[in-house]
Amino acid sequence: MPNNSTSRLQGSDLSCVRDDRVLFDELCFELNSGQVLLLEGENGSGKTSLLRILCGFREPDAGQVLWCGSAINDSQYYEDMAYVGHLNGVKKELTALENLKVSLALGKAGQYSIAQALAKVQLADFDDAIVQTLSAGQQRRLSLARLLITHNNLWILDEPFTSLDIKGITLIESLMTEHCNKGGMIILTSHHDIALPSVDVQRILLS
Amino acid sequence: MSLFYAFLAIIRRDLLLAVRRRSEIANPLLFFILVITLFPLGIGAQPHLLQAIAPGIIWVSALLAAMLSLDSLFRSDFDDGSLEQILLSPYPASVLVLAKIIAHWLVTGLPLLIVAPLLAVFLGMPTQSIGVLLLTLLLGTPVLSLIGAIGVALTVGLRRGGMILSLLVLPLYVPVLIFAGNAVEMAGSGLPVDAQINILISILCLSLVLAPWPTAAALKMSVN
Repeated sequence: MPNNSTSRLQGSDLSCVRDDRVLFDELCFELNSGQVLLLEGENGSGKTSLLRILCGFREPDAGQVLWCGSAINDSQYYEDMAYVGHLNGVKKELTALENLKVSLALGKAGQYSIAQALAKVQLADFDDAIVQTLSAGQQRRLSLARLLITHNNLWILDEPFTSLDIKGITLIESLMTEHCNKGGMIILTSHHDIALPSVDVQRILLS
Repeated sequence: MSLFYAFLAIIRRDLLLAVRRRSEIANPLLFFILVITLFPLGIGAQPHLLQAIAPGIIWVSALLAAMLSLDSLFRSDFDDGSLEQILLSPYPASVLVLAKIIAHWLVTGLPLLIVAPLLAVFLGMPTQSIGVLLLTLLLGTPVLSLIGAIGVALTVGLRRGGMILSLLVLPLYVPVLIFAGNAVEMAGSGLPVDAQINILISILCLSLVLAPWPTAAALKMSVN
């Protein structure tokens, strides 16, 4: 439940080098409760690399990521964050319900029950459907439902709007606004223009 | 308590997936049966020779069947992003990885144990050594899954890791093969096999405790 108003994510002097190419250098940012950080830039400008550094999958080549003042590996970071990447992270052979049950078991229970979360992403009638039979947009919404059922404060989203239709995008935007208004924070990359009128959005342009 | 719940949830998920994708269970088992049934055909009418090499045949086939099934351990989770979610869980990755290995053994190792006595009779193995064969398989095949997991975790990010995987893992399988094969052979001659069994037990305990850590660390490297 995003109730911790003191959480803060800081990146200090982050740099990432990939195949001798400097993607970004001395990147600094600070994200506080209720804020959104939008990463912009062309394909290959290092948006996903930055997100993966923030998830701890990749070590930054310089600098460090701090959660509430301590390094992410030494803090409660992994209890407070949730990640939805390029890949949905759902098993195609399982039903929507079974997938969410596993996600719930892997984390701590959050704000919504599985049934409420499925209703929120408008998949209430699909809980017993094998994921393979769902459309790409429905699968995307299912993976975003994971954010609602587990305890988390920080959402890290890599292109969350991929394969969603206009209604789906509006839906996810309203969920994001709700999350921020409760004191949560979001880092995302997106090629779409996002409309979050009541939220403090910071932008980082990677080039 | 909730760590135990997560552990069980992973096992349950992987067993459910195995039931929905039956070829994962059937492939290594079919391979095991096919290889063993081919030996009598290749060797011809020499029952004594067949009887003498039966422990070796069964163990080498089990080892190759285990190798064949290894790739499926993390492949699909790696491809669909579930592995990232497992590693991002607040619970220790090594425990969750151990759950995956146990589920994998239940799906690919346990069936070998069930058909092995039948195949042992088929190869003319003496009755007194069938019990020991089962015991060595029970102790040895989990070791194959545990050690193999380290190799798969290291190679899952590579496009064609199959060859490297066998080079990495096979040398580590050799001790299990030696002690298990030797135990079954000795049992056939009515000799005591306590020493070999004890060594297999200690190998199993060691790998049960030590294998999940490097596996989890290697997976973290692979998803990068």
